[in-house]
Amino acid sequence: MEREDDFTVRRKHLADLSEAQLEDRFWQLAGELVDPLIQLAQTHTSPSIERSVLLRMGFSSLEAKAVVLQVLDHGLLAKGAGHIVYKVSVETGLSIREAGLKLAEGALWDTAESCFSKKPTGPDYHKKQE
Amino acid sequence: MELHPDNKLDIEYIFSDLEHYRPRRRGWTWRQGRGKKRKAGSFEYLETSEALKNSTPLPAAHYFGNIDPQPGPVITTEIASGRIEDDIRRMRMAAWHGADHLMVIRTAGQSHMDGLIEGTPQGVGGVPITRKQIRAQRKALDYIEDEVGRPLNYHSYVSGVAGPEIAVLFAEEGVNGAHQDPQYNVLYRNVNMVRSFVDAAAAKRIMAWAEMAQIDGAHNANATAREAWKVMPELMVQHAINSLFSVKAGMKKENICLSTVPPTAPPAPAIRMDLPYAVALRELFHEYRMRAQQNTKYMTSSAREATVTHTLNLLISELTSADIQSTITPDEGRNVPWLIYNVEGSDTAKQAFSGMDGMMEMISLRRQEGPLAEKVRELKERAVLFMEEMIENGGYFKAVEEGFFVDSGLYPERNGDGIARKIDGGVSADSVYERDEDYMAPVTAHFGYNNLAQYGAAAEKDPSSLIGGCTFEKPEKIIFIDELDEEDNVRIRLRETEELRHSTGIKPEMEWQGDGTVLLTLFLPVEKRTAQVTAIEIGRRMGLEEVEVIHTEIMHPAEGTRVELKGKFNQVIDTALLDIPPEPEVLSEEELREEIKEQPMKVVAGTVGKDEHSVGLREILDIKHGGIETYGIECHYLGTSVPLEKLVDAAIELDADAILASTIISHYDVHYRHMKQLHELCVEKGIRDRIVLVAGGTQVSPEIARKQGVDRGFGRGTKGIEVATFLVKRRREIKGQA
Repeated sequence: MEREDDFTVRRKHLADLSEAQLEDRFWQLAGELVDPLIQLAQTHTSPSIERSVLLRMGFSSLEAKAVVLQVLDHGLLAKGAGHIVYKVSVETGLSIREAGLKLAEGALWDTAESCFSKKPTGPDYHKKQE
Repeated sequence: MELHPDNKLDIEYIFSDLEHYRPRRRGWTWRQGRGKKRKAGSFEYLETSEALKNSTPLPAAHYFGNIDPQPGPVITTEIASGRIEDDIRRMRMAAWHGADHLMVIRTAGQSHMDGLIEGTPQGVGGVPITRKQIRAQRKALDYIEDEVGRPLNYHSYVSGVAGPEIAVLFAEEGVNGAHQDPQYNVLYRNVNMVRSFVDAAAAKRIMAWAEMAQIDGAHNANATAREAWKVMPELMVQHAINSLFSVKAGMKKENICLSTVPPTAPPAPAIRMDLPYAVALRELFHEYRMRAQQNTKYMTSSAREATVTHTLNLLISELTSADIQSTITPDEGRNVPWLIYNVEGSDTAKQAFSGMDGMMEMISLRRQEGPLAEKVRELKERAVLFMEEMIENGGYFKAVEEGFFVDSGLYPERNGDGIARKIDGGVSADSVYERDEDYMAPVTAHFGYNNLAQYGAAAEKDPSSLIGGCTFEKPEKIIFIDELDEEDNVRIRLRETEELRHSTGIKPEMEWQGDGTVLLTLFLPVEKRTAQVTAIEIGRRMGLEEVEVIHTEIMHPAEGTRVELKGKFNQVIDTALLDIPPEPEVLSEEELREEIKEQPMKVVAGTVGKDEHSVGLREILDIKHGGIETYGIECHYLGTSVPLEKLVDAAIELDADAILASTIISHYDVHYRHMKQLHELCVEKGIRDRIVLVAGGTQVSPEIARKQGVDRGFGRGTKGIEVATFLVKRRREIKGQA
């Protein structure tokens, strides 16, 4: 889009604002722009976020990567990759690391799936918007 | 290991036993003691921070008792040659010159890597950020900060498609600051915008836990836009989006730093354009911190020109404020930054701030009326209008899709050349998942919806209690990977340069140990094109390899061209085979003045024999040339071609402490014969045991002079302070004997 500088026309509704009012307006608008973005982040996750959870649970980057690939293959990312490792560990009595390493190798997925009422999930954000 | 100023840092030690190394702290550190008045030498400073234990003062500091006042803002230098082992030594040098924010640029392409890199592969235009790399550099900085006596902040980038993982890595390894701005990913790295914002909140929450300082990415619009000063309204919008998003993700405002660059540079009337922007920004964002970056948009290969622009940028910082003063190496327009320019950039900031210390006590900005007030208001209004239109259009994502950002028009003017991205496009599109109702993550500092209630109240209160603590509480759970590539790693590289570290052989370097790089400046009396080609030929004939012209400047279209040339000197010089005479020993100027004040000293001096060359002697005597008069020594200069008897008689008559005889002419060793005669005359007259005899001249060898019976000979290149030191010391000895 191309447009000439129409600042003097456009600013008319701002002209009478005090400096403080103008600054308040600035931050109010920033809030309106940011709130939906924060809301989106609060309710969504990504492979990187899930790998970051697994790192904190004591897995190496290579192990975390392998686990998340398995989680994606089994359509369970929306449960939380760390959640799956945790539940499988509780269910099998294995340690967190043992459970995670087995899951990374493709084992114990029957157990994982039975722990969660499985419904297929997939990338959804922009599809929902349409 | 403790570092000692006389010893090199042991690089091999830094890389040993890294598996068990833990950083000593987390979080950002500001300079201590800002806002206190502080004495340094004979001056009082108003805006310094605590002094360093060890440092290298500015070159001119020797006129002022070697003071090294440290400015208030944290000073950044960006170091990333591609080889982390060499960057460590560079960091030590920069820290000695006053940098306390060591920023590591990532290797090209890392922002598109979906996951972490491990090991220590060599980088391009930066270094691959890995656990081993960070741990080694943080370990080195722990030693270096003890040596300089000030905490050093270590910094890199939490951006790209592995942001949350990198944030965890940084939090675990004690990285103190990071760039994090989802808009940067979207606009300049074409990472999918939904993924960018979802990941950013997670990363920011982790950074907040680690109390890292965050720097945003808005300044990149300056560097990208066709006319940088026209994106000023948009810059404020970008700052606002990232700042507020960060606060809502859990970050404290005092850890959120706006990366702000004076948008333009001379020959534009830069201050008049940059100042209103700087003022508007600091007013709107007064609760946040300012990271003042320097202009790179209008950099050329002239390091001098870049330094002047940067100095004007520092003036803007002083006129407004800066919490972090970043520096750009002045050679960035000509090559990957060289280590000497990291030091120069840091010194430029230190020098300018020292010179401007307390300036605002004497002047003030005309904020209330006139052009500054009008411009500040206008910029704020333009930014508000920008956001109003974004919201009318459906919010941030729609605005990006419509190319609102980095348009070259001064908003609301639009030129239709902004960077537009699609919501379902870019790297890692379609990789975001809505969390189910039972979604859970059993770790500390996890942002967003987390159904811990399903596992009880204890889990709600402390999520990682479910797994007995995560790495944030129990760092022993961190898995350290050493190397994944047997060919491309620091061990191999260190082996190649081992000889240079463990022998007396050295090579010049600018980027890496032993790279052989040298810089030459020449003037050639021909027009530019011919000068460039001629310069390369000169470099080759000097024996240099890979000769390249890196800068030319026209002195006059026909009269000639200044050329700067780089090349490789690929020979090793063994310093053990060189004859390196010891540095002349000198007393400090204060000590000399003090002693002469307490015990005045008189000398008689002249050129002897048939010698009319007086320039050298005058240099040694005259206050104007920093000669011995400078320290209060009373000099009786008897002129040229003075007979030896006359010198000795004058010394007796004046009760002088010393005779200084200068002789340039040296045919048939006449100068040495004169020295011998002078000594014998003094013995004859009975004053030899209480007078100091000094002989000087371009052909004088100190050893041979002493054999003739004088106390000391001084040759070519002698400084007044060396002679004064000798006179004072020799007189002490004589008095001690008596």
